[in-house]
Amino acid sequence: MSEPLLEIKNLVTGFETESGLLKAVDGVSFTVPKGSCVGIVGESGCGKSVTAMSIVRLLPQPMGKILDGEILFQGRDLVQAKETDMHGIRGRHIGVIFQEPMTALNPVHSIGRQIGESLMLHRGLNAREARDAAIQLLQRVRIPAPEQRVDEFPHQLSGGMRQRVVIAIALACHPELIIADEPTTALDVTVQAQILSLLKDLQAEMGSSSILITHDLGVIAQSCDSVVVMYAGRVVEKAPVRELFANPRHAYTRGLLASIPQLSSVRKTKLPTIPGQVASIADFVPGCRFCQRQGVPAEELTERPPLVEVTPGHFVEACPRCANL
Amino acid sequence: MPEPLLQVNNLKMYFPVRSGILLRQAGWVKAVDDVSFNIYPGETLGLVGESGCGKSTIGKSIVRLLKPTGGSIQFNGQNIATISQRKMRPLRPHIQMVFQDPAESLNQRQSIGQIVAEPFVIHRMGTPAERREWVRGLLDRVGLPDSAIDRFPFEFSGGQRQRIGIARALTLNPSLIILDEPVSALDVSVQSQVLNLLLELQEERKLSYLFIAHDLAVVKHISDRVAVMYLGKIVEMSDAETIYQAPKHAYTKALLDAIPEPDPAKANTHQPLPGDVPSPINPPLGSAFGHRIQHPAYPETVGADLTPVEIEPGHWVAPDPCSLEPEDWDKLRQR
Repeated sequence: MSEPLLEIKNLVTGFETESGLLKAVDGVSFTVPKGSCVGIVGESGCGKSVTAMSIVRLLPQPMGKILDGEILFQGRDLVQAKETDMHGIRGRHIGVIFQEPMTALNPVHSIGRQIGESLMLHRGLNAREARDAAIQLLQRVRIPAPEQRVDEFPHQLSGGMRQRVVIAIALACHPELIIADEPTTALDVTVQAQILSLLKDLQAEMGSSSILITHDLGVIAQSCDSVVVMYAGRVVEKAPVRELFANPRHAYTRGLLASIPQLSSVRKTKLPTIPGQVASIADFVPGCRFCQRQGVPAEELTERPPLVEVTPGHFVEACPRCANL
Repeated sequence: MPEPLLQVNNLKMYFPVRSGILLRQAGWVKAVDDVSFNIYPGETLGLVGESGCGKSTIGKSIVRLLKPTGGSIQFNGQNIATISQRKMRPLRPHIQMVFQDPAESLNQRQSIGQIVAEPFVIHRMGTPAERREWVRGLLDRVGLPDSAIDRFPFEFSGGQRQRIGIARALTLNPSLIILDEPVSALDVSVQSQVLNLLLELQEERKLSYLFIAHDLAVVKHISDRVAVMYLGKIVEMSDAETIYQAPKHAYTKALLDAIPEPDPAKANTHQPLPGDVPSPINPPLGSAFGHRIQHPAYPETVGADLTPVEIEPGHWVAPDPCSLEPEDWDKLRQR
């Protein structure tokens, strides 16, 4: 495998709340090799977005804090980086695509101005050059009539077009890493297919790496090289994409895969379910949290199961009840 | 074939568009334009389409949250599209609705007991003690603990709130439930729990469902028949197996191809459908789908009647040369 572009080691991110310090991300480690796409999958509240926002240090302030761990980006630890240094990294080296294109865009600025902003900031282009560059970028994300669109405002565009604009902003400075947080969740299925194929093409063209956060295993299967499965703030399994879908080792991964209705499944039959529900973050046990969901008493869940490598590149949280080692 | 429980004929729901300082009417949004379908006792009709295609508007017209602009909705021998709200009232217990967002469709200031009992209060059924007993039974049936009755919506997760919404819809023993995107706000593991509950309840109570959703895999799983909508019109309707295995309309095919398969071995090689769904404010004059894909036969469809016709028994499709295979189009044209 090629050398890593990003290496996250034992990341712990917490939020200071009225009910104490809550660890939304609790010891997460994974790497993003150069030129590859890593998917992070999990249900709401599992910490996947908080992990991503920790990388670019865009946590809600003042509650959000990185408490421990390292985020090595091109060999440099972003956890220790000064806020002023982060200004030069965000947008320039790491681009972010947010979920909701309507809220990610500023309604009172033309889209050309929003795309050009990072070019003027990072590349020192003047307004005229930035506008031309914005037109080219709109063309690259396949927006028809870019010369007209560049002066339009977000409300004049459809949802799919807006997401293309958000992508154009994220890619404006050719970042080495793109973080896409649920980039297609708000979109219709035919538009989702367009956006995913666009992202794939652009990534190949620019040779960048990406982290794709989603709750949709279908999107992961079609777009990623490797997958990190998160549950309750931790990584329960990570593997190359084919390996994970062919040999899921953790009960949670298996449950997730089984519970999606597929076009090939038999109609009107009972779907397999994952019993119970995720415990509230304030009640997380130190031990296996999937056992906690299954109703194993908290007294027995005092020790965190280690992450072990079962086959090359395939890691699973080795809880004796949940993991198939 | 048994008698249909609900017959929707040529349903139209137009909204006026106003603009300018005087808010003069500038045109119509044809949210639902000439839609017809039946729902039979005990069956689920799935209604799929992309956002803005009018699927939720159909649901709201059937429960008369909206008054249709035209067409008829026959239920129990009455046309509920035109009757007054007062005459609608005795029919309401029979047709209930479950909404998409369980956080917004439950009153935050009422306890679960009050929310679920409200239909009994409105329809003056039972004493307070009886109502409480009935509510307990319903909560138990949808898989909520007894203690839920005195708690408030914010204390529950998304999946549990949706169970509360389902319990409320069941109170008056309806025969038809409109399910408007009931699982799209839920996580996958919770989604399957709610789908299983809906299937069990249908079996037990012989319920009919109109299941509105954009997720085709979910719709296939729960439906007996499926109708596909595009820009206010039904473009194809058939039993669920046929529509997924032998779709006729190009839009149905494109929707199916766009689903990302949760299997990396089956790479999705289909070319994504270009363009966006056009705005219903100024819809194309001919086939809206033909316009989107810029089909050469589009001019032929301007002014043509694109109401679905029965191409094979039980399989209805819009007679649109832009969207059909040449042999299917020839078959329809010869009639």
